[in-house]
Amino acid sequence: MLAKRIIPCLDVDAGRVVKGVKFIDIRDAGDPVEVARRYNEEGADEITFLDITASSDDRETIVHVVEQVASEVFIPLTVGGGIRTADDIRRMLNAGADKVAINTAAVFNPEFVKEATERFGSQCIVVAIDAKQVSGEGEPLKWEIFTHGGRKPTGLDAVEWSKRMSDYGAGEILLTSMDRDGTKIGFDNALTRAIVDAVPIPVIASGGVGNLQHLVDGVKQGGADAVLAASIFHFAEYSIGEAKRFLQDRQVEVRL
Amino acid sequence: MTQRITVIDYGMGNLRSVAKAVEHVMAEGDEVLVSDDPKLILESDRVVFPGQGAARDCMAAISDHHLNQAVLDAARSKPFLGICMGQQVLLDFSEENDGTPLLGMIPGQVHRFHGGIAPDGEVMKIPHMGWNRVFQRHQHPLWHGIDQQSRFYFVHSYYADPAQPELVAATTDYGVSFASAIADGNLFAVQFHPEKSADIGLRLLRNFVQWQPSIEEYSRAADTRD
Repeated sequence: MLAKRIIPCLDVDAGRVVKGVKFIDIRDAGDPVEVARRYNEEGADEITFLDITASSDDRETIVHVVEQVASEVFIPLTVGGGIRTADDIRRMLNAGADKVAINTAAVFNPEFVKEATERFGSQCIVVAIDAKQVSGEGEPLKWEIFTHGGRKPTGLDAVEWSKRMSDYGAGEILLTSMDRDGTKIGFDNALTRAIVDAVPIPVIASGGVGNLQHLVDGVKQGGADAVLAASIFHFAEYSIGEAKRFLQDRQVEVRL
Repeated sequence: MTQRITVIDYGMGNLRSVAKAVEHVMAEGDEVLVSDDPKLILESDRVVFPGQGAARDCMAAISDHHLNQAVLDAARSKPFLGICMGQQVLLDFSEENDGTPLLGMIPGQVHRFHGGIAPDGEVMKIPHMGWNRVFQRHQHPLWHGIDQQSRFYFVHSYYADPAQPELVAATTDYGVSFASAIADGNLFAVQFHPEKSADIGLRLLRNFVQWQPSIEEYSRAADTRD
């Protein structure tokens, strides 16, 4: 059987890793190549880069980051953030990315996802979804898609949207709970389960991981195919190896 | 002795990762070339044949680049490593795109996964994407230093089903037990992506760049394919 994947996520701003990666024995914690190499050594199954560069002048730097990392780190690489055109996708894939994550551009132009999967293949198109619970207490659970870091509602139902993206050929869904992101209280497993049950493609759970049990819950309760986390790995609270052994001890198949 | 390793480029998929991974493991002085030139391919010491995309597109691209004969000749005459679609297109026929004739170097067919529910209750999604176990079926120089049941990285919806079970160098379970590696004399072909399979994948590539098939292996390959 396939192993459940553990994916560290790095925020990159103008070519530098931000949100303070704190490895004790790393020379330059802001260097994406060094950090990626370290995660590979620890046993990461993939690495996701999120380009949060605000200035368009610095956008090109992520391409060089991907090129450098892909020359040294031989596991699947996903790049998200600012992917708006077929040309953006082509440049990332040529630089050595295996997949790109499309988020806002999919909301504003859903046909873009269809065009991208037809042109580049489903396997390299990930649709990133930022969802927030909008149902009140006592109501059936309901989540809506938000953009702009969770500030702007779109009116799109998360389950319906996921189905549509899957129908348009998306190869995978990267699902972030905006309610949980940054809280460290665990994934929104009801959200993950709702999406996993609705689409035939893999779902990566994201947002809220604070400890290793949260990863187990994401897989067992949420049904996620992969779990993505940032801070617990960056701040060296846990290594990826520790996370995998923890999962294995709880009967989750992982690559060790 | 330095050598030249050519990665065959027929416009299907990005070959940068494959080339970089080979560069990473080859000896100093060795050279990696990414090329669609039949002459350069046949002049090189060993050949890597990658590929991704749909079967019909791949076959059309091989033909458009006038590479059919060069691929067949290289697969008969030098250490040859097929990767992903570079494995599948070596067989006779694929179910993909309502049926696509392939290069016909290895007798057998290419089928689509059926998905469904695994015995452990897991839903088997298509494509088969992620890290799965590779069960080595017989000893081979390319398995040197690689543990039995190691996990490699896969991304595919179709799988090779060679007619001759003795050519199956490894199997992987995903609803069916399929040929994740095929070995025939000087030819080795894998469904997984060694260039994306971390250290274990690099080990297989290193084994490939150091592999010296024997005369017997070359003639055995000629026997099965004639």
